Amino acid sequence: MRHLLIVLSLFMALPATAQTDVKTVTSEGGITAWVVEEPYIPFIAIDIAFRGGNALDNEDKYGAVEFMVSMLEEGTGDLDAVAFSNEQKRLGARFGFGSNRDSVEISAQVLNENRTESLDLLRRAIVEPRFDEVAFARVKGQLESSFRSDLEDPGTIAGATMNMLAFPKHPYGEPLEGRLAQLQALTADDLRTAHKNALAKDRLLISIVGDITEQEVGPLLDTLFADLPEAGAPLPPEADYRLEGGKTVVEIDNPQSIALFMHEGIAFDDPDFFPAFVMNYVLGGGGLTSRLSTEIREKRGLTYGVGSYLASYDLADVYAGQVASANEDIAQAIELVKSEWARMADGGLTEDELQAAQRYITGSYPLRFDGNGRIAGVLTGMQLNELPISYIQTRNERVNAVTLDDVGRVAAKLLQPENLHFVVVGDPIGLSTQ
Amino acid sequence: MRLIATFCLFIFPVHALAQDVPVTSTLLDNGLQVVVIEDNRAPIVTHMVWYKVGSADEPRGKSGIAHYLEHLMFKGTDTRDVGEFSDIIAANGGSENAFTSFDYTGYFQRIASDRLALMMELEADRMANLNIPDSEFAPELGVVLAERNQRTDSNPGALLNEQRRAVEFLNHPYGIPIVGWRKEIEGLTPEDVMSFYRDHYAPNNAILIVAGNVTPEDVVSLAKEHYGPIPANPEITERVRPAEPPQRAPMQIHYRDERFTTPYLIRSYPAPVRMAGDQRDAAVAVMLAEILGGTGVTSVLGEKLILEQDIAVGSSAWTWDESYDPQRFGLYVAAKPDVPLDMVNTALTEAINAFIEDGVDPNHLDRIKAQIRADVVYALDSQNGLARSFGSALTAGLTVQDVLEWPDILQSVTGEEIVAMAERLFDPVQSVTSYALPPETN
Repeated sequence: MRHLLIVLSLFMALPATAQTDVKTVTSEGGITAWVVEEPYIPFIAIDIAFRGGNALDNEDKYGAVEFMVSMLEEGTGDLDAVAFSNEQKRLGARFGFGSNRDSVEISAQVLNENRTESLDLLRRAIVEPRFDEVAFARVKGQLESSFRSDLEDPGTIAGATMNMLAFPKHPYGEPLEGRLAQLQALTADDLRTAHKNALAKDRLLISIVGDITEQEVGPLLDTLFADLPEAGAPLPPEADYRLEGGKTVVEIDNPQSIALFMHEGIAFDDPDFFPAFVMNYVLGGGGLTSRLSTEIREKRGLTYGVGSYLASYDLADVYAGQVASANEDIAQAIELVKSEWARMADGGLTEDELQAAQRYITGSYPLRFDGNGRIAGVLTGMQLNELPISYIQTRNERVNAVTLDDVGRVAAKLLQPENLHFVVVGDPIGLSTQ
Repeated sequence: MRLIATFCLFIFPVHALAQDVPVTSTLLDNGLQVVVIEDNRAPIVTHMVWYKVGSADEPRGKSGIAHYLEHLMFKGTDTRDVGEFSDIIAANGGSENAFTSFDYTGYFQRIASDRLALMMELEADRMANLNIPDSEFAPELGVVLAERNQRTDSNPGALLNEQRRAVEFLNHPYGIPIVGWRKEIEGLTPEDVMSFYRDHYAPNNAILIVAGNVTPEDVVSLAKEHYGPIPANPEITERVRPAEPPQRAPMQIHYRDERFTTPYLIRSYPAPVRMAGDQRDAAVAVMLAEILGGTGVTSVLGEKLILEQDIAVGSSAWTWDESYDPQRFGLYVAAKPDVPLDMVNTALTEAINAFIEDGVDPNHLDRIKAQIRADVVYALDSQNGLARSFGSALTAGLTVQDVLEWPDILQSVTGEEIVAMAERLFDPVQSVTSYALPPETN
């Protein structure tokens, strides 16, 4: 493969298309969903998010939300894990359960021919999971196994180290060390608490795309969610960014080193976000055509992948990126990141770069409109970011309104080469913690 | 929860498409096959060119050349500079990538459908007129080595797979990694690459796949205009790779690495492969894999090894049904802490023997078929996925008709056939068993 898709910021993945006709439907019970009617294929895709996620883990209960979410497909009511899975297969329904630091996310694809039955199964998984001891012990074993592998993974080590340094004493910055013991100590009651804390109506966001009419959506929403508690646990406070410029080296035996870099970012609702976004496309967001990729990969062959992104999490905003190079090359790659960071801070973009960036960012927008499942995910992402439906129409205008002066001003303010902190995991030559 | 992420590497999706996918296939005079899939939901088109050449077609001692060439295809033609190809696509709001496998090398763009002619112009240009400045070869070799570092050399599971495949294939080039062995990659020259390009990149060795809100008439007409003038290469003939001799002894690998915190084993056997007009054996093997290792605890292996005996944390099974030459059928089990892999291995054998004895639970088979029927519907939701399904099947020697018939063949597989396949497939003499273990402690 020529390049791996680097995980871009949430906002690259947001948009749908100007042609997507999104409506809001509110049920009798007061539950609202964003809905797109797409009658071409006889199924619907549902994307559900509960704001909160792993950051809701109580003190010393790290992993409780993730563990709880893993248990949602392990049985409900009179169905144990095997019976639940058999039922799902029989219906041909696809359910996905996951969590990240800011939300619990549930996706489903169900056929029209058995929509009622399939959604009843989904409802039972979400509202009344069993958390029975047999499945609990088995899944805990799987999570422990998975966690032990993570402890050996350079990318996971780098990410956890960076977060621990940037957000000490906040759920975002839970150290890797100690997590396994917390996981092992969790009980089924801890999961029941996490379930009550995380899955509630006051934080529920829903998108539905597919072969369904608006009239059918309301009753469906009440059926699915009426039995959820009204309110969950309060969200944690904002995470203060505590990291200064420098380098942290974590020595492991590996032929290459991975370097993450980060400093403070910019909120999505900041008026300067769009200039920053366009600027980042040129600096490191735009795949192989970006400045970072041109200098580090294309000209010098030092890496397979380098990129940067603006990440606006619910409780913190960061500007971050990553590069991986052979141990003997990583020091040079890091110097090039810093010099490109400084060059952009000093000089901003050229007119050609600005135009190319605007053409790509606006022109590729409709490509997100790729299937019911993806559109549903995009719409829920918009809701998580508290964007109005009209954003779909205004987004490209805002990209095109960005001027060279805007970018120059924002680059000078946002980019702080001296404040970049690099976490390097590997056996790097010529680098040490400083 | 389902299998943990690290274990999912071994699961191959069942590629099954609805009979009524609106697809047409046309052969141009120069041998280019043009496949058009209509998807009128949005003004977006997926444009792909698949070459019927992959890593298994490389000259001996030159491993990695197909993949290195894939990277270099972005480095200019007689009339276009380095990077110009990608700049034009980005400026038109398109996304692009490329991929190399054992049997194919593919290039694709996704873009607004009114830019289709431009994509064809660019792709046809580099099919015939690749012209790479000398200065580009060395840095891109560095990129390829960095890619190998990142995706293989930093990952013990990937390194084990490489060793395993080298043992599974005594003679066939499927035993050589797609990315290439490091020493051989380092030795690749510009002459090697350009000669590989001239030998294999031609319209009569390629398949054009266009999916989107287009009509077959328009696509064929545009293809004639842009690809039509490129002459066929008469030297290109059917692919014949070194044949795989019969394996006459079971083999075992013990790969130790401290990063293997959860020991696991993979056991494999020669697998039946889908052939044009003859897909039944492969379909039975697909259903056998689903029954044995499909979804977590509801599969035969999950039920016996995870639930009943409580000695495993994960299990799966797969077969590689779409391939130009036969690949392997695989079984995977990850051990619970402190359970020796030898014990897991014995339990795996016993589980398979018991399955052959007991036969297939008809309800289990019905549920798998229901899920596959649903997957056929969901597959229509991804334009890119549809295009890729045809590309990988056609470069494996199948026809459009074979792809369309496949779901019905899967639905018609019986429990008796599945058990008979298990008896035939699981021949101990032809097995390769790989253990992933932490270092020995004294």
